[in-house]
Amino acid sequence: MTAVDLQIILFTVGMAALSTAVILPFGIGLAWLLARPNWPGKSWLETAVTLPLVLPPVATGLILLKLFGRRGWIGGFLERAFGIEVIFTWRAVVLALSVMSLPLLVRSARTAFEEVNPRLEAVAATLGAGPWRVFFRISLPLAIRGILSGTLLAFARALGEFGATIMIAGNIPGRTQTLSLALYQSVQLGNDDHAMVLAAVSAVIALGAVSLAGGAWRRRGGGL
Amino acid sequence: MSLILEKVRVVMGSFSLEADAVFTGRITGISGPSGAGKTTLLETIAGLRKPVSGRILLQHEVLTDEPSQRMIPPHRRSIGYVPQDLALFPHLNARENLRFGQPAVLRPGMPDLETVIRVLELQDLLDRPVGKLSGGDRQRVALGRALVSGPRLLLLDEPLTGLDPALRDRIVPLLFRIRDQCRVPILYVSHDAGEVAALCDEVATIRAGRVEFGGPALGG
Repeated sequence: MTAVDLQIILFTVGMAALSTAVILPFGIGLAWLLARPNWPGKSWLETAVTLPLVLPPVATGLILLKLFGRRGWIGGFLERAFGIEVIFTWRAVVLALSVMSLPLLVRSARTAFEEVNPRLEAVAATLGAGPWRVFFRISLPLAIRGILSGTLLAFARALGEFGATIMIAGNIPGRTQTLSLALYQSVQLGNDDHAMVLAAVSAVIALGAVSLAGGAWRRRGGGL
Repeated sequence: MSLILEKVRVVMGSFSLEADAVFTGRITGISGPSGAGKTTLLETIAGLRKPVSGRILLQHEVLTDEPSQRMIPPHRRSIGYVPQDLALFPHLNARENLRFGQPAVLRPGMPDLETVIRVLELQDLLDRPVGKLSGGDRQRVALGRALVSGPRLLLLDEPLTGLDPALRDRIVPLLFRIRDQCRVPILYVSHDAGEVAALCDEVATIRAGRVEFGGPALGG
């Protein structure tokens, strides 16, 4: 393994961690909202959140490219207002990983919130707890297992993301190249041995993340 | 207590409940068969359900006034509610459950944490996870948790149902202690009219979706 490989590994893990951190508050908020009984716009939001899971990743990447490109609604605004470029930068990598992994976090956390007995939240309110306190003291701690497992899934998904990333971040060595993109490039160049090394590294990181989460789980006593 | 239910109507699907009554007892009991709407009534008073019409007043304060769309949220009502399943917080131990609703400043005359622990004999339970408590112990922690929040009224949903006679004999005096030592009025629902008559100084019934005031009762 070369210094370049090490840079790619650190970059990939860093981007996956950053994207997971970015989606965590949004994902938890969305999951909580979607776990509430029917409200106007719920099914629309539900569809929007699930979309990256059912669309081909390159199609999601294309939509992001249209939105965040220089002529896109959001990309154009960001560049004009703040001078921030997204496409073909590390920001595009974070964006692609975030969008692609968000549904996994939301699905898992939503199920966890739905499993919290609503009577506990109701009784907490009668004890003087406002909506925020009910959320942070009751709903969130009781849903934490599902949220942790969703976070892990999202992180693992981000580690291996390919299609959307290559569409909006390209495959620029040293700038936007992640493990999956480097692996793909090695195969394209006929360097199968190198590709196998990268594949093995990907597997080790994923297994490491899973066992770390498992260890954290056991330290929590395996339950609530 | 002065609890006024003024032409209150709650609708849930095809079920509707009407209440037009004034309760002034120290322990008021409402009896009715299963499915009559007892829990719905308590949840409406606690602010967890919105009636389609009517007004609810506690000690002359308007809690719910449907015509003007005024509804004080449950966390600002100071009404303790102990549901039938107790709804103890499973991730907190008994002490943390008790302290969940402890106000920073106690209203005059309200029992403090130490008083509640003493009255309900909770000293030995404090550090135990609630999942490992027996039925009677869980009942006492749930009563204590509601009391520590400094309620102006305590709503109890079938507090004795499912307890064996020995446990009932232990819980009943605690209800009287809550009334006398903590000075918190109780509104109590049960499917057992005899139990209500024995415990309460004022009784009512729920029949065919309507709360019928029964007047003062012997007992207590």
